[in-house]
Amino acid sequence: MTNMTIQHHLTDDLLLGYAAGTLPEAFGLVVATHLSLCDECRARSEAFDAVGGSLLGALETADLAEDSLQATLRRIAAGPPTERPRRSRGLFPAPLQDYVGGDLAAVRWRPVGMGVRQSILRTDRGATARLLYIPAGAAVPDHSHRGRELTLVLQGAFRDEDGRFGPGDIEIADEAVQHTPTAEEGLPCICLAATDAPLRFRSLIPRLAQPFFRI
Amino acid sequence: MLTDALTLDFADASAPLPAYSGRVRAAPRRARPIPTAPTSETKPTVQPATDDIDWSAVLLQVRDTRDSAAFAALFRHFAPRVKAFLMKSGADATLAEECAQDVMATLWHKAHLYDPARASVATWIFTIARNRRIDALRRARRPEPEDLTWGPDHEPDQADVLAQRQDSARLGAALTQLPPKQRELIEQAYFGDRTHTEIAAATGLPLGTIKSRIRLALDRLRHELK
Repeated sequence: MTNMTIQHHLTDDLLLGYAAGTLPEAFGLVVATHLSLCDECRARSEAFDAVGGSLLGALETADLAEDSLQATLRRIAAGPPTERPRRSRGLFPAPLQDYVGGDLAAVRWRPVGMGVRQSILRTDRGATARLLYIPAGAAVPDHSHRGRELTLVLQGAFRDEDGRFGPGDIEIADEAVQHTPTAEEGLPCICLAATDAPLRFRSLIPRLAQPFFRI
Repeated sequence: MLTDALTLDFADASAPLPAYSGRVRAAPRRARPIPTAPTSETKPTVQPATDDIDWSAVLLQVRDTRDSAAFAALFRHFAPRVKAFLMKSGADATLAEECAQDVMATLWHKAHLYDPARASVATWIFTIARNRRIDALRRARRPEPEDLTWGPDHEPDQADVLAQRQDSARLGAALTQLPPKQRELIEQAYFGDRTHTEIAAATGLPLGTIKSRIRLALDRLRHELK
């Protein structure tokens, strides 16, 4: 599946980090999910892969173990890893389904207040990935960031100070952004978000609740 | 002919693999014979002139005929580079050797997924090695986008495959011509496992052309899949 109406894309530094394999896993998940929806960014991403290929091709060689080829042929003879084709027909692209364990119906939501729900996905510790469910017309509490936040829309749309974000669009917010995303009327807005540092809420109640909900 | 050279030097690799069938499809236009070194020799005194070899054609032989001699040639060229890549990224020699073997075994098993219109063999191997590195060194999973693979009947256009080769060659040349400092930054970004917001520009590299070409290949693929 791919979406022709995507307006907000990945930045070069995220694509380079993804190609180099240095992004935290949670960011990698958001990038891989966006790439499944956006051929424009996928082409850019594969161009960054090509840089890695060129560098690898030009490397000085390392000495192999004496029986290296034979050992590899034994690995081959042991059989291929079992892998199913990964193409999604649901709402969530395949990489996201891998982390959720299924499509939308498999998500285990927890309420975070004002009708907003979230579900934390298990990734390594460099950053946190979560699914967000924002009822149509509702707002996510006003917050700013210590680090970076990536928000990818999967269903519905939201608006904030930076514009409108619909399915496939990705918002990249850094420390300078103080924003109040509000879901459009219509479908509930479902997003995949990743942060590499805790958010900072401006009002007291969400701030007190934060340690419990890991927002 | 390329395949003649390839069959010669696989005799000593005793492995339960299908015998080389001798059947080749879409033979490469020009390819130098691959030097026939014994497989246990890890450092030939004379470096083989492997720059001009059309590795895509060699990999397609692996894909189409499970050609073990073609695989051995790919192995001799790429495995030492994959090992070097992993060691540059912080793996010790033992881990790097093990991962390099794993990467090359994956190359065999996933050969049917290789798309010569979208990536060079070096690029494709790089992506496999990078994912293996994340798994082995960071113990994290690597989220990958959805598969976009050719249908059973599809063969990419030869013109696209050739264009990909030319793009890759231009990119390689552009990288070697970069000022040393800039090249070092890019190498650090890919091998050094560190953050690198400032390197993103990758100035002077012909990434625009490559991107457009891949985009075109993706569009055709999407069309095929409908």
